[in-house]
Amino acid sequence: MSGEAAGKHVNKYDAIVIGAGHNGLTNAAYLAKAGLRVAVLERNPYIGGATVSRELHPGWTYSNCSYVCSLLRPELARDLELPRHGLQVVPYGGGVTFKRDGNYYGNYYDHNRQYREMARHSKRDANAYERYTADVMKQTRLIRPFLLKRPPDPTSLKLRDLRDLAEFAAPFLAMGEEGLADTLRFWTKSVGDYLDEYFESDVIKAHMAGSGIIGTALGVYSPGTAYVLLHHYMGDVDGNVGSWGFARGGMGAVASALSKSLQAFGGEIICDADVRQIVVRGGRVTGVALANGDEYRADVVVSNLDPKRTFLDIMDRSDLPPELVTRARNFKIRGSSGKLNIALDGLPTFTGLDKQSPLMLGDMHFSDSLERLERAYDDWKAGTWSKDPYLDMLIPTQTDPTMAPPGKHMMTVFVQYAPPKIQGGDWTPEDKAGFEKSVIDQIAAHSPDFRDLILHCETRTPAEIEAEVGLTEGNIFQGELTFDQLLFNRPFPGYAQYRGPVGGMYLCGSATHPGGGVMAAPGANAAREILRDLHKPNTVPGGYADD
Amino acid sequence: MTDRYDVLLVGAGHNGLVCAHYLARAGRRVLVLEVRDEPGGCAATREFAPGYSVSACAQWLNQLHPDIIQDLALENSGLEWAARDLETISLDREGQHLTLLGDRVEGERVSREDREAYRVFHARTSKYVKLLRKAFEARAPKLVESNVTDRLNLLKLGLGLKLLGREGMSDLMRVILINMYDLMEESFDSAQLKALLSLDSLLGAHMGPRTPNTVFGYLYRRLGDSFGHHGPAVLKGGMGALGKAMAASARAAGVEIRTGERVTSIDLEAGRVCGVTLASGEQLRAPVVISNADPVTTFEKLVGYRNIETGVARRVSQIRFNSGTVKLHLALDRLPDFPGLSEQQLGQRLVIAPDMDYIESAFNAVKYREYSTAPVMDISIPSLHDRSLAPEEGHVLSAIIQFAPYAPNEGWEACRERYIEQLIACIADYAPDIGQRIVAAELLTPADLENDFGMTGGHWHHGELSMDQVLMMRPFPGATQYATPCDGLYLCGAGAHPGGGVMGLAGRNAAREILRRGDAA
Amino acid sequence: MSQRSDDTMMLTTPFHSRVAAACELNCWGSWKDYTTPNAYTDVELEYFAIRNAVGVFDLTPMNKYRIGGTDAEAYLNRLVTRNVGKIAVGRVGYTVWCDDAGQVMDDGTIFHLGENDYRLCAYARATDWLHWSAMGFDVTIHDESADIAALAVQGPTSCSALMAMGLRGVEEIKPFGLAHFDFDGQPLMISRTGFTGDLGYELWIAPEHAEALWDRLFDAGRDYMIKPFGMEALEMARIEAGFLQAGVDFMPAEDVVRRGRSRSPFELGLGWLVDFDKPLFNGRRALLREQTEGSRYRFAYLDVDGNKPAHNSFILFNGKQVGTVTSAAWCPTAKSNLALGQLKMPHGGVGEELVAEIYYQRELQWTKVLAPCRVIESPPFNPPRRRATPPDAC
Repeated sequence: MSGEAAGKHVNKYDAIVIGAGHNGLTNAAYLAKAGLRVAVLERNPYIGGATVSRELHPGWTYSNCSYVCSLLRPELARDLELPRHGLQVVPYGGGVTFKRDGNYYGNYYDHNRQYREMARHSKRDANAYERYTADVMKQTRLIRPFLLKRPPDPTSLKLRDLRDLAEFAAPFLAMGEEGLADTLRFWTKSVGDYLDEYFESDVIKAHMAGSGIIGTALGVYSPGTAYVLLHHYMGDVDGNVGSWGFARGGMGAVASALSKSLQAFGGEIICDADVRQIVVRGGRVTGVALANGDEYRADVVVSNLDPKRTFLDIMDRSDLPPELVTRARNFKIRGSSGKLNIALDGLPTFTGLDKQSPLMLGDMHFSDSLERLERAYDDWKAGTWSKDPYLDMLIPTQTDPTMAPPGKHMMTVFVQYAPPKIQGGDWTPEDKAGFEKSVIDQIAAHSPDFRDLILHCETRTPAEIEAEVGLTEGNIFQGELTFDQLLFNRPFPGYAQYRGPVGGMYLCGSATHPGGGVMAAPGANAAREILRDLHKPNTVPGGYADD
Repeated sequence: MTDRYDVLLVGAGHNGLVCAHYLARAGRRVLVLEVRDEPGGCAATREFAPGYSVSACAQWLNQLHPDIIQDLALENSGLEWAARDLETISLDREGQHLTLLGDRVEGERVSREDREAYRVFHARTSKYVKLLRKAFEARAPKLVESNVTDRLNLLKLGLGLKLLGREGMSDLMRVILINMYDLMEESFDSAQLKALLSLDSLLGAHMGPRTPNTVFGYLYRRLGDSFGHHGPAVLKGGMGALGKAMAASARAAGVEIRTGERVTSIDLEAGRVCGVTLASGEQLRAPVVISNADPVTTFEKLVGYRNIETGVARRVSQIRFNSGTVKLHLALDRLPDFPGLSEQQLGQRLVIAPDMDYIESAFNAVKYREYSTAPVMDISIPSLHDRSLAPEEGHVLSAIIQFAPYAPNEGWEACRERYIEQLIACIADYAPDIGQRIVAAELLTPADLENDFGMTGGHWHHGELSMDQVLMMRPFPGATQYATPCDGLYLCGAGAHPGGGVMGLAGRNAAREILRRGDAA
Repeated sequence: MSQRSDDTMMLTTPFHSRVAAACELNCWGSWKDYTTPNAYTDVELEYFAIRNAVGVFDLTPMNKYRIGGTDAEAYLNRLVTRNVGKIAVGRVGYTVWCDDAGQVMDDGTIFHLGENDYRLCAYARATDWLHWSAMGFDVTIHDESADIAALAVQGPTSCSALMAMGLRGVEEIKPFGLAHFDFDGQPLMISRTGFTGDLGYELWIAPEHAEALWDRLFDAGRDYMIKPFGMEALEMARIEAGFLQAGVDFMPAEDVVRRGRSRSPFELGLGWLVDFDKPLFNGRRALLREQTEGSRYRFAYLDVDGNKPAHNSFILFNGKQVGTVTSAAWCPTAKSNLALGQLKMPHGGVGEELVAEIYYQRELQWTKVLAPCRVIESPPFNPPRRRATPPDAC
């Protein structure tokens, strides 16, 4: 990574990628692999976007944005030789939701053990879980083959689109009339309503429902959230579908491996390069201009930024169709979550749980009912942070020995909900303190020694995530994962195939299909389309066939 | 043994009467059995205080399909309009009310931009409503096991979608699933306008403006426009007059209607329907039974879950029936004073919904089984158009109110009076003397509506109208196109496609489907 | 504190102290929530104990549901395919149950214990479906899996061994009958049922008396060459007898992710369990339709040439694949090489000649065999002693 020396000069490349997030890096890697001269321009002095590892307290490494790695497509990791470039993804077990009555509901990988744990709360639920798993898997199998494909355009009559559409529709039609109806219901239902169809135990439903609202400005009873749930079941770590893992060394390891892969193909990464403008001449991009006046010329410009930033901030209105500006404005990227990263002097204990219980290896939550989750959303709607938030808390240092000194620990706490503005105004230091307190209090209520173990705490509001990482409103998915913004609607209808409104301009971020979650699929899919337009041989692998 | 009837129809709601009428006209011998003393179901008028009558359930007529008005010759069967094409006025505490009629919006605080934006918005959404109308006037097409009829329907819909143009088509695909809150924020400045349109999207629903799918609810509401209603109407004699007219028309077509007859069971023989049993013990036989009751009432109470397969029973029991709608009836000794509104204006549709967050907060309460302390209201004073409803100087005020739960945490009996007082206080914010005008008050909670009209959960639409419960998913997968897993048993009520509202399409579509199948022949 | 997480650890059955002592090979597997022996001493010898003398199998992990209430019979009749009204008190019925689409969810046995009192015994867990099915019925459903210890006592000398325990009258129990006994003042139920295809009984007792029962049984059975047997010997015996196993020979319908992978009773050769005279049962409509429209698959017993078991084999007809084998074994008693197969219709008619594509390895060298095989009407092992009451003196 070279910080280019100052001095206004013009640089010529085949393709420029704006933003060194994991999708930008992936996109650039595939363009470079095809022989293009590629440069990735990154505003920050470090790469990774939201896949970063940062030492913000001496001796501790924080994955201070994204914090788990599961959806990263194995096809891409293998093809870009990420393991050779230093990426190791380690699955973690466990997971627990603490109840207010001192009991808890735990998560186990072993099917029969999970049954027994569920049966402690409800035998019927424990048995229904088998049906639930099969039903969710049906939905996952529908969508997974399309992760490494561009979405079809249902409004187009082009042969390729019709073929794509037929290919897309075939598995849906193969489900039969009732199966298809169930699928449509699943895609339009709320996660709360969906879980209510299977389970009776509140804590079991609450434990599972969290995945339906993470990063989403909707409540557990908002239609459309059942699909978000799916987004969290699509991952694989070593073929173990639905399981989750840590990138050893923190999420920065993903960006680091991608950058090495890119560089191995001859691509360049230029940090401290703040793109101010995508330059358009005669309906085609010609390059980008930086804040410092430098220019980079290229016939292809790919934006890893979300559509609001891309179209509203770094493109000229006069270069864009008016309806696109409206669409970019209306695209929903709502900030709904914040984060705490905490350095701990030791492993905290939790009331009711064995010290060093394997359940602590996984995601820990304290919301034990759907009602509490829904009420947390009500606070967000009212323009404030949740007074009783939903936390997705992990202590990765129980699995990854590299992120804190021996015997010490690092805790990452994802907090839902937190709005980008407080009642329409900016976050004040008091607001931030109040937000932090609501989180710490909730944890401390179940962990008597937690407070005393805190050595350092980084609290990130949506506004701060936006300011630093450049995710609008701090939205982790670069845009909500609801059906109106999925597939051929992502980011908006008519622009779902990665091509922008002017020639040579592309989008490759999580705001494009198939969305966020550190999959790297948007970046790869965009590269495939770019290479196609350039009449270059495709370098992007297709997805593994589902069995 | 030959049966006396070709068809037994359970429930003389408006859809049941419409369905019976079309079947009788096609030569079927139809007997309609109604538990209430009057036919009409939710199209009912009742005297809730001596001399004071009001539409007991639905209070506006704004969606009745024109073909049905014509085919049933309702205007010759006693249906008289007391007032049509009413404006909607959103009340403002400071008296700066907002008026909506067709594609026009007026009000002191509505900017010129908003007026123009509303005109454009109205035109844009009218196109979508027209398409929706196409989908609703026919049975919901099957997508996989489709036959020629289905494919033709799908083709028609596809063509309609194409005709919207690329832009319109993609816009529709986006907005149909999102919430009114976002669409309103995208479209207008006026808080009052945004709230009013939001209210229209969620009347009778268990949703707030932020709930995805509410745009669909709005388009659904607007169907009435495409049927030629330019605003709500009130009938002479209240909504009960519609029930009466429909019954008269059905009888004229040869339908036999027996009121005051409770059907206790729909009977099956080897998986096939064979008749019904009445509370009196009388058993009636027919090869076809049609239920105008909602799917839960039909399958749980009348057929019995034990008489259908487990999977079907599970499907039925999972239909969402959360209601949040109550009805308030006030008998008034004379017309109350709403500052800023003339008597003519008081005869319009009056709405209390100051802003979207207000509605959303009102909705929050019902999620936790509490009633909204600051509710939204849709108010009618029909006696301004129809003097038969109240004595001399008197008037009746009828209001649809959201949100209140089916079963509040503390129980309805504990809080009913307190709640009524709260509602009256809320109206008093806009009509300060209302308290002194009241002679009698009546509150119909969702539980009351369930009791009175046999609607499960008191749900107006016989099941939530959200995307996962419409089209071929309505009433539930496996029972689409009015047929059910019990051979010979059909559904013709709001629980079936296209859903609730006094529209009559469910009844008409069901009749067409039954005739097409020829089962009743 | 730590007690709670123990609730999710593997369980042992009430016979565990005895089972563990007898499990000389220390060769364990897991069956649902329980640790169970795969083999005790020697699989072959355990198998021959079943066929030649008496073998004992701990079947406590089976799922057992007690169905009561005034609607119990009506409830079960809607649930399962056969007519439960024809199972008299004191009788046991083998049956299957289906989802609405007529696809088999599981097979199992219904014990008619008394008026409005039934036990449903199943391999797969069924709580969820049983409760959904209960809507509209006055029934009680109790999962009594952990409340009852059970032993299968199987083989030609099984009756004699039980009689030697002093259980008078056991010889009078007919196949699929049951009777109640007094065991040291404790109620002991014995049913003439089993999963081996041989003469055999199943003993049902409260868990606290399990060890005493085991001890008495093995004492009394010593002269009848009694032996415990594990999962592997059971697998040989059940295949030889042609019994189906959920999850092996068919997928429980609601666990199926890939459409079309479930099977109807007709497709599993269990059409004889379907009683269309009943006006309603789950799957009836779909199965009636299947009867007129035809099935997709046919279950077949295949007699395979040679002695190589046709594990996981493809079944070919004229070189084209028309089916697969779900279970296969060389049957030591019947001296036949049996396979249970799923064949695409119209294949699988009795007498049809097919070919099994068998892969086996010896000393790491894989060999492919194309073994001719033919569809036979019934499994080869079906001794008269299985049916005789009282059983022949053994």
